[in-house]
Amino acid sequence: MSTAIPKDIDATLDLLTRGNYIADRSLATTLFLALKMGRPLFLEGEAGVGKTEIAKVLSETLSRPLVRLQCYEGLDVASAVYEWNYARQMIEIRLAEASGDIDRERLGQDIFRNEFLIKRPLLQALEVAADGAAPVLLIDELDRTDEPFEAYLLEVLSDFQITIPEIGTIKAPEPPLVIITSNRTREIHDALKRRCLYYWVDYPDADRELEILALKVPNAGEKLARQVVAFVQEIRKHDLFKLPGIAETIDWSTALIQLDKLALDPATINDTLGVLLKYQDDISKIQGSEAARILEQVNLEIAQAGG
Amino acid sequence: MTDFDNEPIGGKLADNIMYFGRALRVAGLPIGPGKVIDAIKAVEIAGITNRSDFYWALHSVFVNRRDQREMFDQAFHIFWRNPDMLNKMMSLMLPSMGAGGGEFDAPAPSQRLRDALFQENEDERERDMNPGEIELDSRGSASAREILQGMDFETMSVEELAEARKVVANMRLPIMDVPTRRFKPDSRGRRVDMRATLRAGLRSGGAVIPLKFRKRARRHPPLVILCDISGSMSRYSRMLLHFVHAITNDRDRVHSFVFGTRLTNITRFLRQRDVDIAVEQITEQVEDWSGGTRIGVTLKEFNAIWSRRVLGQGAVVLFISDGLDRDAGVDLDAEMERLHKSCRRLIWLNPLLRFDGFEPKSRGIKAILPHVDDFRTVHNLNSLADLADVLGKEQPRKEESLSTMQRSVA
Repeated sequence: MSTAIPKDIDATLDLLTRGNYIADRSLATTLFLALKMGRPLFLEGEAGVGKTEIAKVLSETLSRPLVRLQCYEGLDVASAVYEWNYARQMIEIRLAEASGDIDRERLGQDIFRNEFLIKRPLLQALEVAADGAAPVLLIDELDRTDEPFEAYLLEVLSDFQITIPEIGTIKAPEPPLVIITSNRTREIHDALKRRCLYYWVDYPDADRELEILALKVPNAGEKLARQVVAFVQEIRKHDLFKLPGIAETIDWSTALIQLDKLALDPATINDTLGVLLKYQDDISKIQGSEAARILEQVNLEIAQAGG
Repeated sequence: MTDFDNEPIGGKLADNIMYFGRALRVAGLPIGPGKVIDAIKAVEIAGITNRSDFYWALHSVFVNRRDQREMFDQAFHIFWRNPDMLNKMMSLMLPSMGAGGGEFDAPAPSQRLRDALFQENEDERERDMNPGEIELDSRGSASAREILQGMDFETMSVEELAEARKVVANMRLPIMDVPTRRFKPDSRGRRVDMRATLRAGLRSGGAVIPLKFRKRARRHPPLVILCDISGSMSRYSRMLLHFVHAITNDRDRVHSFVFGTRLTNITRFLRQRDVDIAVEQITEQVEDWSGGTRIGVTLKEFNAIWSRRVLGQGAVVLFISDGLDRDAGVDLDAEMERLHKSCRRLIWLNPLLRFDGFEPKSRGIKAILPHVDDFRTVHNLNSLADLADVLGKEQPRKEESLSTMQRSVA
């Protein structure tokens, strides 16, 4: 049984917290408005800051199915919206032929029936569950697809309907809750953005990141968690090609726990830096003396804060 | 979605939101009437319980790019702090500028917003005053004006220049097509198009099912142009801007940047159909015309901020510069390598190459050469037209750190 959408901003914030998602009030405000106004929520931000996670949490806490459309270059109608089951259609034609009943009109209607339709994510998202609740539609990494597909999305996202030439127009009885994410590898056209509510997901501050870490990696000791967060926060101030996101912080903590580390030390940092940074240039900048220096500074700060 | 919990908001606030939207539009945010209605709805739904919620409700509707956030933030704080400010803002937007009418007592950051409002009107006024006359930045200091005006008339006479511009305006630059992941119907294609096949089969009642084919669609990759506008390039940069303008209006997916001591994205200005207005706007925006060059620093900025956004999907990069770097190639090697690794092809256009005795001696040039796929000259119309040869077909890409350009040039 699905849950109704939250009735105010505080309820939205509660909802996200229940789904183990620590969010800023600003995000909750935008999310609440998107749900209430029936508009898609357009989330932009660096990789690994938890954009996709929002859709998952929403689907979980509202008990609605999650329909996910992963975008890639050349994504077309056949893999995003629908496809006919050609093999079955062929058989149907042969059967009609075998029975000697070749009425073109009827045959056309027969083989373009719902049962021969293979529904892809966008079409699935227009269907509602038995209790009338619409699913959560996640359109992930929209920037990876190309402009023609974006243009196609315009119709779907403004009217929540899809036109299939052989059948007609299919309209959602209840519009899905749409979350669109983008890593900004290219700018999305204004026409599409105009239909959405926009939010830039930023890196969290230290306190918030600590909260997130406590939730996601509960078995990390407090000391380790504080060191990791302070270290990552410090690294984000550096001039790197790709800054580590929250996902990297979580991965790194998990990696350190696997290595049975209770605290950071320079050697461990050097060995595990590949979990945090994904470009060789970045790694060589931080590795060694710089990592040791940051660690020292971090330890000093923690000691000061503690004492 | 009609039964909102909160009361519909009254005239005054709705009006103010509308004026706020208009102020933002003047400041350059793409806001139409639809957005204003959305914003009023959003505020109705969110309810005005505290300033922060109100802020984010408006933010979610009015802002749709990250770089608009700052503008929104400043406008919000000016606008909603003091209702009188509204009138002052509106007076700023009127064409007749009162001398004292537009003074702000707001703190320093709001200056930028005021500039945005201010400039827009002045542009229009200026254009009204001199219809048809192309004037470069007439508001800058006297010396800046001289540099700008001296820029275009150095080598060619006025008529020659105008003639050359006409030629450039009609130039087309064929870029090679690369296969995409999409398909289009094609009778000589190698893949069966099942959908078309079935439809064709139905036409004959299913007795015969003629096979229909499709093949990969091809499309030109995005083009990114990085153009040097420093003093040593000044004889060419203006003509090259015309060239860049012609390419931009000929096709989609072109991004252009100019750099001297800093990097400026000029793509938006080049979308302006009229080349003279476009060039005029660029000249106003760019602060480092005919100054020094810091290729390393500006490339670093490009790599950090723009490369992921514009170099996706296998872009071709035209790097237009004489390679004379004030910083003598500091960081240039690494940044050039990063740039080359992020794009499909990196083509360096260097006007110095027209000299027969050209030797890559400058440290900047030495740092750039190993990382470019092609090295061409641009000093006259012919060399621009020749570019088509380089871009017209897919050519082998130089692998990083396998060979050096120096050897092939020598």
